[in-house]
Amino acid sequence: MTALDMSVRIGSLVMPNPLMAASGCFGYGLEYEDVVDLATLGGVVSKGLFLAERQGHKPERIAETPAGMLNAIGLQGIGVHRFISEKLPLLRARKARTIVNICGTTLDEYVEMARILSDTEGVDALEINISCPNIKEGGIQFGCSLDGTFGVVSAIRKVTSLPIIPKLTPNVTSPASFARAAEDAGADAISLVNTFLAMAIDVEQRKPKLSNVVGGLSGPAIRPIAVRMVWECRQEVKIPIVGMGGIMDHRDVLEFMIAGANAVQVGTANFVDPFIWAKLLDGLTDYMQRHQITRLADIVGALDTTSPAKAHA
Amino acid sequence: MPPVDVRATVISNVRLSRDYNVLTIAAPEVGALTEPGQFVMLKTTDASDPMLRRPFSVFEVLRDDLGTVRAISILNKRAGRTTGLIYGLEAGDPVWCLGPLGLPFNPPSSGEAWMVAGGVGLAPFATLAEALVAVQVPTTLFYGARTADELYYLEFFDRLGVKLVLTTEDGGVGVKGRVTGPLEESLKALDGPNLVTVYACGPEPMLAAVARLAERYGQPSEVSMERTMGCGLGGCYSCVVPVKHADGLTRYVRSCIGGPVFDGATVVWE
Repeated sequence: MTALDMSVRIGSLVMPNPLMAASGCFGYGLEYEDVVDLATLGGVVSKGLFLAERQGHKPERIAETPAGMLNAIGLQGIGVHRFISEKLPLLRARKARTIVNICGTTLDEYVEMARILSDTEGVDALEINISCPNIKEGGIQFGCSLDGTFGVVSAIRKVTSLPIIPKLTPNVTSPASFARAAEDAGADAISLVNTFLAMAIDVEQRKPKLSNVVGGLSGPAIRPIAVRMVWECRQEVKIPIVGMGGIMDHRDVLEFMIAGANAVQVGTANFVDPFIWAKLLDGLTDYMQRHQITRLADIVGALDTTSPAKAHA
Repeated sequence: MPPVDVRATVISNVRLSRDYNVLTIAAPEVGALTEPGQFVMLKTTDASDPMLRRPFSVFEVLRDDLGTVRAISILNKRAGRTTGLIYGLEAGDPVWCLGPLGLPFNPPSSGEAWMVAGGVGLAPFATLAEALVAVQVPTTLFYGARTADELYYLEFFDRLGVKLVLTTEDGGVGVKGRVTGPLEESLKALDGPNLVTVYACGPEPMLAAVARLAERYGQPSEVSMERTMGCGLGGCYSCVVPVKHADGLTRYVRSCIGGPVFDGATVVWE
């Protein structure tokens, strides 16, 4: 039996498999060190960080919806300095490949974050959060404008040699055009999708279920839309794509990869099953063996559109 | 100890009323690790709707005659979708049970233990009472409900030797009114500070009132908070409680890993 190769490369970041923990769904990684060996994940993406500590929104912060959930956490976080002093050394000790998700209210703040983290040992890549739907002053104004996306990515590119991965919003007509802007600006990869702006109402009380009124929808409810967006971006850019949106099992991982994702992130499913990671790896291994694939990368973008799949009831 | 996730089987589901039930599930791996005040995250399906688990205090850790843990139970009150599904479970049905999770109650440093329960807030006190009685801590349960028939497991606590102080809103049993009434009378009668540790679980206005009373009469308190929770492990940041920190600032603390048991004097009541 040939050894199975699931590795993924994004610039200087080399991951043993395509499974990454999605930002905002895995704390700072260390919360999960007792239930999963962090080194076995492709990568751990930190909770979104600003320069300063942030309190986030008042509860209620989440609400369950059909096959999904809304969240409006408001990027509660400890700030980049405490992350570097308190969390990063422990992540390094666990041999986690650490991708830091950075947020900013201004272009300067993103650049400052990138500079600080570039000077820090143990950071493997930066995910640029220009797509959080839940806070007025952060990111999304860059993520919803092609010029804004190009501007923030190219400014960060100038100050860091770390792999940079802008995280794109699905709340635009054509995410692929944003993928193009990110690639043109020098991104090493793109990740998508962030959550869909959504809301839910308690009809008895005539009140929103979230204190922020609106929030981001995640979970399997969004997966078909996310797969379509990844597939569209694959037509548009050459750089690696990190796909996500409602992955619950290894078949969903494969769906994103066949659509064109080189790696994936798992978020909401980790809330339901923190032991999911080994199950996903087992499922991928089984698939590779059944299909006699030795390099998982070979299925990236391998979608055959000449005819639809035979339907099964 | 890290939590475990088991596909447990329902052993029994005793409906206590139209809204309350005690669900017993074969999750000995979870029960063997559980300390009083800890919780489990449950779901009744492995499909995606409903998708998220819901948090429940471990009500009882059930042992066989040899002392081996065989099961745990939860005290459920039907309120939403998952609690409704849990109310309707039958013996033999599967339940996905992740736990134990969260910080347990701390034993009293000295003196007596006074447990204060409102309604379904009785849930964490069966295991706490057993643990306290086992180390000879004099224990009282102040227990309030809407009506007499919503006061459950009284014989269980009585048999343990726990002193019971009951209240009902309609006056059907015990003192008429809220549980904080007799609690305050008892606190007033104490001879000084730090003679009892007050443990509370129930509706948030009750917890706030209990914490304030305990503070006013110089007694430490621990409150078990209920929050909408996504994961139970600190991943999602949805279950936060505002807590005063040593530096004077109030910060949101995740009740799944920084709780659900909090020092009542540090919670900022809204």
